[in-house]
Amino acid sequence: MKTIRFLLQKEFIQILRNRTMLPLIILMPFIQLIILVNAATFDMKNIDIYVVDQDLSSTSRGLVDKFEASPFYHLEGRSFNVEDGREDLLTNEAEMILNIPEGFERDLRRKNQASLQLLINAINGNAAGLIQAYSNHIISGYNQHIAVEWTQGVAAQKQQPLEVVYSYWYNPEMNYKIYMVPGILVILVTIISLFLTAMNIVREKEMGTIEQINVTPIKKYQFIIGKLLPFLIIALFELAFGLLLGRLIFDVPIVGSLWVLFGVTVVYLLVILGFGLFLSEISDSQQQVMFVTFFFMLVFILMSGIFTPTESMPDWANKVNVINPIAYLMRIIRMILLKGSGFADIWQEFYSLLIYAFLSLGLAVWRYRKTA
Amino acid sequence: MITARNMVKKFGHFIANDHLTFQVRKGEIFGFLGANGAGKTTAMRILCGLSAPTSGEISVAGYNVYRQKEKIKRSIGYMSQKFSLYEDLTVRENFRFYGGIYGLPRKRIRERTAYLLEKLNFSHAIDKKIAQIPLGWKQKLAFSIAIIHSPRIVFLDEPTSGVDPITRRQFWEMIYETASREVTVFVTTHYMDEAEYCNRVSIMDQGRIEALDTPARLKEKYQAANMNQVFVQIAR
Repeated sequence: MKTIRFLLQKEFIQILRNRTMLPLIILMPFIQLIILVNAATFDMKNIDIYVVDQDLSSTSRGLVDKFEASPFYHLEGRSFNVEDGREDLLTNEAEMILNIPEGFERDLRRKNQASLQLLINAINGNAAGLIQAYSNHIISGYNQHIAVEWTQGVAAQKQQPLEVVYSYWYNPEMNYKIYMVPGILVILVTIISLFLTAMNIVREKEMGTIEQINVTPIKKYQFIIGKLLPFLIIALFELAFGLLLGRLIFDVPIVGSLWVLFGVTVVYLLVILGFGLFLSEISDSQQQVMFVTFFFMLVFILMSGIFTPTESMPDWANKVNVINPIAYLMRIIRMILLKGSGFADIWQEFYSLLIYAFLSLGLAVWRYRKTA
Repeated sequence: MITARNMVKKFGHFIANDHLTFQVRKGEIFGFLGANGAGKTTAMRILCGLSAPTSGEISVAGYNVYRQKEKIKRSIGYMSQKFSLYEDLTVRENFRFYGGIYGLPRKRIRERTAYLLEKLNFSHAIDKKIAQIPLGWKQKLAFSIAIIHSPRIVFLDEPTSGVDPITRRQFWEMIYETASREVTVFVTTHYMDEAEYCNRVSIMDQGRIEALDTPARLKEKYQAANMNQVFVQIAR
């Protein structure tokens, strides 16, 4: 225990004295939360549309007015020629063309049906899907509106037999930022803990101080604990700091128990820290360890479900995610913060993480050799 | 204090130490000489428990290197060829850290730090960071830290490489002073004038010990005026 205290003291002095590391530890939560959360949002606002109204009837104008009135759309331009709109699509000035053909109102009145065209930039399939859904919503709303208007009182009694009422749980305003903040927090603690530990032992190897430590009677477990604890403490501090910022800036709800959240995070961090130490032990230089660490980070983060829900990933990806610790915490943190899930709801993920913590720490202890 | 019989270390097909047999007595300054790549550092790392030997009977401070490595580590000090102090810590913090992981109580660490710095005449710089201290001083500090826990044997791997002649002299004075307190000193070097300061020297070439005796007797045997000539004759 005493030996570990000396190790901790030394690590903290080194971290606090490091002129690049310390500001980064403080600034990273700010930058990641403020910039990433705002930038990585899928909220759709101000979708630029280009209107080609070839009908110029009161019905077609009414439809265009509906689009203009919606907060989701911004009228980028209008003309009578689809080609003009297409050019705007190509230059990214418009995301969608609403094409109303000549005779729209006439067909509607005579044949009781008419068609119009939506041309959507679908390079980002996700966004295109949303634009289409929003547009459909507006068009069908308008559809009902004119049906009522034209048939007068008749329709008023002829109500639709089935009506769907939506109620969005856990994030009633469908605020994407509230979904993103917990995800960014996971990334934050992961980056801090993985990189700091991965660089640590390699640095001692490069400087030659590891030899001097290996020639002392220090026990393996003392060394590993002395190397883990400082980064565990820093990462937990980062989580608390990030949560506070998320609460203050984005008003992120904290429905569940913080105790459960921090408890799970400790176990998660043990997985990451053990893995970081292991990478550090098998590498010879900081460059090498950076490269390897970056590889794992990128794959695990992109697969973790931070941007796209893991449920919509293919089956094999979900199988790969069984060994992805980030995916577990990503799920857990959102459940606890947004839904208020308790330990009873997350115990499966928790025990999985616990097993991985044993494995990864075991690997780190096993691979640390005082004798080459 | 150190006994090695038929010590062998192989790295694949390469034989770094080929059946080394030698003994080092208590309080002796034992010089381990040889060209670069002769296998000196390898042998020293085995004796310190940093590297496992392939075969041979080896004991250090009365302990077996295969089974009692941790006991050996309590009894020895080691100053590696590579620089081994933390540049971003102060002198005091370095002493405290190494004293701490050797398990010394805080009071004892303070006493030893004060004593060793006093002897170095360096007490005024106790709160300076290692990064700001010149190389010669760093080497002397590294030596002091290697003996902070009062070991019975101290291993020095090329302690004077790259330092100026005056510092080298002071360094050898420190070694003598340490040996006078019954501490065994095991030192590797390329400087042949330093070999003259040792009680006994062994000269290695291509993994084998080619000669082992006092400097005076080696010079007589090879009919050489100094150790340099002895070395050239053996290593040729």
